[in-house]
Amino acid sequence: MKMLINVPERVVADALRGMAEAHPELVVDVEHRVIVRRDAPVAGKVGLVSGGGSGHEPLHGGFVGPGMLDAACPGEVFTSPVPDQMVRAAAAVDSGAGVLFIVKNYTGDVLNFDMAAELAEEEGIEVAKVLVRDDVAVTDSLFTAGRRGTGGTLFVEKLAGAVAEEGAPLARVTEVARRAADSARSFGVALTSPTTPAKGSPTFDLPAGELELGIGIHGEPGRERRRIMTSGEIADYAVDVLLEDLRPDAPLLVLVNGMGATPLLELYGFNAEVQRVLRERRIAVARTLVGNYVTSLDMAGASVTLCQVNEELLRLWDAPVSTAGLRWGR
Amino acid sequence: MRDAGFVRRWLATTARAVERDADRLTELDSAIGDADHGSNMRRGMTAVAAALEKEPGGTPGAVLLLAGRTLVSTVGGASGPLYGTLLRRAGKALGDAEQVTDDELRTALGAGADAVAQLGGAAPGDKTMLDTVRPAIEALPDYAAAGAAAARGAEDTVPLRARKGRASYLGERSMGHMDPGAASAALLFGALAEVAAADD
Repeated sequence: MKMLINVPERVVADALRGMAEAHPELVVDVEHRVIVRRDAPVAGKVGLVSGGGSGHEPLHGGFVGPGMLDAACPGEVFTSPVPDQMVRAAAAVDSGAGVLFIVKNYTGDVLNFDMAAELAEEEGIEVAKVLVRDDVAVTDSLFTAGRRGTGGTLFVEKLAGAVAEEGAPLARVTEVARRAADSARSFGVALTSPTTPAKGSPTFDLPAGELELGIGIHGEPGRERRRIMTSGEIADYAVDVLLEDLRPDAPLLVLVNGMGATPLLELYGFNAEVQRVLRERRIAVARTLVGNYVTSLDMAGASVTLCQVNEELLRLWDAPVSTAGLRWGR
Repeated sequence: MRDAGFVRRWLATTARAVERDADRLTELDSAIGDADHGSNMRRGMTAVAAALEKEPGGTPGAVLLLAGRTLVSTVGGASGPLYGTLLRRAGKALGDAEQVTDDELRTALGAGADAVAQLGGAAPGDKTMLDTVRPAIEALPDYAAAGAAAARGAEDTVPLRARKGRASYLGERSMGHMDPGAASAALLFGALAEVAAADD
């Protein structure tokens, strides 16, 4: 497997060094692995901290900036960060108004953020947590770790980020984040397996004529394997699965997200099919975002996230955002 | 009686075993997880070995506390907090005694395992490290038996269906693979048996 890297052990550090060079508006602490917006802590503002394994770029470091996150903690590739990083991030962004941790529901992320919240509170930082679990491919039962957090994370970070930027208090920011998390549902499809730098070969074996439905963002296989389908057939399948779970009675934000190795040409084509299916089901779409936002290294494939919004959430979605990975309105 | 040197030799032996088997652990993890358990555990145990060299803990409890804290700070994922908790809680239970009996060590590791079960919400049979840790601790203070029970416990996870952690997303497809966490825990108790055998 060919990769544009030096050595696997240094992939994350090298990426952070490069990110620092490209984004002087961020403070990138390569040693401690924390990315903070340069003007933090912003007086009176709730600090938003998220993080997770690396390999999902631009999530989360690419979403640090005015209107979204105040800090991000990148872990090793596909491995959650450690509590030390999160506590450091919380301390860097807390202006006294408290800190919200946005956590994807993966066992490692949950355990480390829980430990970090305890440690940060011991240091006198008020901490609230929101768990994102939007992936409908996972049955939420006693027999699994529960629904994974995937593409919906982008909506939670953007909407909570916007209300925090307006100066809302911690309870209110947390409420918006919870509402966004509860309103978002995702479903993903893989055409290939990702390849982690540490392993150097594909995580799972997916023959040329097959695809995997219901994947997560770490190269874990999905819920069903099928013969390759057309973009239109995948859109029918994905939207149906999503609507089985989310029965919208308000307009939707739609994210058609690439997993890393699928070109925009294909993503836009896939979006055309997703929009067709939604129109056929008479579901109103308020805004659509297409691109590589919550990726899984070099995996080919896409995910669809739907997030039901009221007027307020739509206003927050349209509010200005200025980050490396998402930028509009100013 | 066991002193700090015993615990240090145990952890150093574990670090060497993890180094030797890192690729195998990653291979196991690629079947039902995300292919990084070997590199994560190697990073953590290398840091533990380095920390113990720099800061010679004077008691068995202090050595375990330092090792656990180091794992939490360097591993990440689920294994960092879980292994870190196992060792930290065991260290805490031993207190500041200069020397501990085999029974005291067994009780302390039991407290560590309880804390792991509570943190991860897992029970035996869920296809996790506990399927190795529990039978190993039950076999103590017979160290050789504990090492053997750990190896068997790891093997016994092969047919199980994962109910915790990332492997749980695979449902039935997790069956037929050894749990990587159970495999690394077998290295921990294998090292304990090895060091005890050399000591006795």
